[in-house]
Amino acid sequence: MRVIAAMSGGVDSAVAAALAVEAGHDVTGVHLALSPDRQTLRSGARGCCSVEDAHDARRVADALGIPFYVWDLADRFREDVVEPFVAEYAAGRTPNPCLRCNEKIKFSAVLDRARALDFDAVVTGHHARLAEGELRRSVDAAKDQSYVLGVLTRAQLAGAVFPLGGMTKDRVRAIAAERGYAVATKPDSHDICFVSDGDTRGFLARRLGEQPGPVVDAATGQTLGTHSGAYGFTVGQRRGLGVTAGDQRPRYVLGIEPVSRTVTVGTAEQAEVDEVLTGPASWTGPVPDLPLRAEVQLRAHGTPVPCTVTADGAGGLRIELDLRQRGVAPGQSAVLYLPDAERGDLVLGQAAVRAARDRVRETLPV
Amino acid sequence: MPPRTGAYAGKAMTYLDHAATTPLLPAALAAMTEQLGRVGNASSLHASGREARRVAEQSRERIAAAVGARPSEVLFTGGGTEGDNLAVKGLFWARRTADARRRRVVVSPAEHHAVLDSVEWLEKHEDAEVTWLRVEPSGRVTPEALAEALGDGTDVAVASVMWANNEIGAVSDVAALAAAAHAVGVPFHTDAVQAVGQLPLDFAACGADALTMTGHKLGGPVGAGALLLRRDAECTPLLHGGGQERDVRSGTLDVAAIVGLAAATEAAVGDRAARTARVAALRDRLVAGVVEQVPDVQLNGPALDDVLPDGTPGRLPGNAHLSFPGAEGDALLMLLDARGIECSTGSACSAGVARPSHVLLATGADAARARSSLRFSLGHTSTDADVDALLAVIAPVVERARRAGRG
Repeated sequence: MRVIAAMSGGVDSAVAAALAVEAGHDVTGVHLALSPDRQTLRSGARGCCSVEDAHDARRVADALGIPFYVWDLADRFREDVVEPFVAEYAAGRTPNPCLRCNEKIKFSAVLDRARALDFDAVVTGHHARLAEGELRRSVDAAKDQSYVLGVLTRAQLAGAVFPLGGMTKDRVRAIAAERGYAVATKPDSHDICFVSDGDTRGFLARRLGEQPGPVVDAATGQTLGTHSGAYGFTVGQRRGLGVTAGDQRPRYVLGIEPVSRTVTVGTAEQAEVDEVLTGPASWTGPVPDLPLRAEVQLRAHGTPVPCTVTADGAGGLRIELDLRQRGVAPGQSAVLYLPDAERGDLVLGQAAVRAARDRVRETLPV
Repeated sequence: MPPRTGAYAGKAMTYLDHAATTPLLPAALAAMTEQLGRVGNASSLHASGREARRVAEQSRERIAAAVGARPSEVLFTGGGTEGDNLAVKGLFWARRTADARRRRVVVSPAEHHAVLDSVEWLEKHEDAEVTWLRVEPSGRVTPEALAEALGDGTDVAVASVMWANNEIGAVSDVAALAAAAHAVGVPFHTDAVQAVGQLPLDFAACGADALTMTGHKLGGPVGAGALLLRRDAECTPLLHGGGQERDVRSGTLDVAAIVGLAAATEAAVGDRAARTARVAALRDRLVAGVVEQVPDVQLNGPALDDVLPDGTPGRLPGNAHLSFPGAEGDALLMLLDARGIECSTGSACSAGVARPSHVLLATGADAARARSSLRFSLGHTSTDADVDALLAVIAPVVERARRAGRG
């Protein structure tokens, strides 16, 4: 195949590109320039958007003897990832920009351009297994990235290659070290690549300004204090609320109401839910029959929970959880898996969380 | 070095990027190789030093003779970027120091970044005021536009307009521009990096106070150039040290590079008329062939047969700058590269991102036209086979890039 290897400058995409070359593919390396305002040198372990990261990617391409280009997708990234990220927070939800980037940039803008330029697929260093069109968890459970790929459709997966899904991160680093890549010991990137200092709340405050509002305790109805912007909170959050309840017990964010800017907090029990309602689902393969027994993962590094999935009658899904969960934030994706210990859990698809509730408590009078 | 794989495997490349850098001339290679084997600091007083100095000074005289300058007007530099920085900043500082009212810099927005960024740096750090010159749709700057921008000239420190534009090939009438500057007492610099060896050029006759040239655009080495600086021009140094080069540019002379620069300049100027006639004919065939296959292609810059009032070429002989509506320049470049054809989209940032040409934008072209453009530049090694290689693939490449552009 003729493939584009998306090379961030990190160790994963370097090894993925190398394995694609060794598999006999005709590989062209592409580094995506996603930030219009690129730093010269990398700071900390964040992101892949500095000139230094582009340099690291280029040096790996040199070692592989493959052509290398930088594609400027800063405009698309801003429109399809950064602006929706800000808008979601402004609306009281908690988005996952990595998932959005895979959906809209890597396996849409990049894949479409690659296909138009006569390439067959895009190779990335994601830790997930993809064989015969089936997307599965990585063998390395700690590094598994199937959650942020759960949004991909069958057509997108047909143009994706993930060479690393069958190996651990340690093995990836060992391969890079064997080949003498300078990136072998480069730290894992984490946090959000376009928030270069890692301070998401500060980033949102710069974009959205001060938006003070009340913090209300659902347990007592009391206003416990004020906050400077509801976008600084996520449902389920406990730390950094800046308020103390009279009973001295910890409080969790239960809900965020963007118009009145009210952040509602409550006790651990009040934060627990056993049913998740979502928007429309996307599926990685054939649309499954409902109701469906599956496992659902509700955030990037969350534990999968056994569940029953039905249609909610409004175009979305109703996901009944076998185990009560705390901190199911609207805006996150509910990614559905069919457990398979041998071949890796199969990713069925995902839907954005709209609301979560406790079935028993909701039926009780307030 | 790993073997090239994929589309690159075992292919000879068709090099159509001579304006970026052009192959070293055999005469330059031979002269440099010989000099590299010798010891001697041209500032040393002993025999080896004197010998190195002799080679450097002889090179200075050869360059001076080739470009119509006096030997004392040839200051060796590390290349075009250094020459432009030294001329723009040095002339500005010297002039403003002599007269504090003179803080205006008059410059074309189509200049190379070595001039543009120097000017913007002066604006930011040295309280300079920048006046951007009007650029004709062809990319040329007229003496009228310069005269208008200079006004009575009493507040102007320096004016700078390039001799020939590196992207779209537009040649300006430097003698007329220098005269317009001198009419109001303003020193004039011209970046002639693309012009030396390509166009008739005589430093004394053109009247400029300073002229930047560099080796690797004319078949000499990278990292060696010269600033031609009139004996009466005041220029504050950027590099201080041993006082070489009239105290304007300190640093041990790189004699091997300098002798290579001299050999290349002499050769390029010597065969200019015959070579550029041949290259221009190839370029004309390239453009005609592309137009035939891609009828809506747009030629940027002056007409191919454009001439200045004195009858000399109005466009660089090897330059073809074309816009392909509906296609992105970087997609075209990548597709051509995969087929063994090397050209340019203009400038790229430090990370390698292709940027829409600021030169085209300065001529009034819209961003879409700027983004869809490619520069093909021919030079002394170009052949009919190079043109044929491009014409064999351009139609399907443009078609494919257009599909990607719509995607």
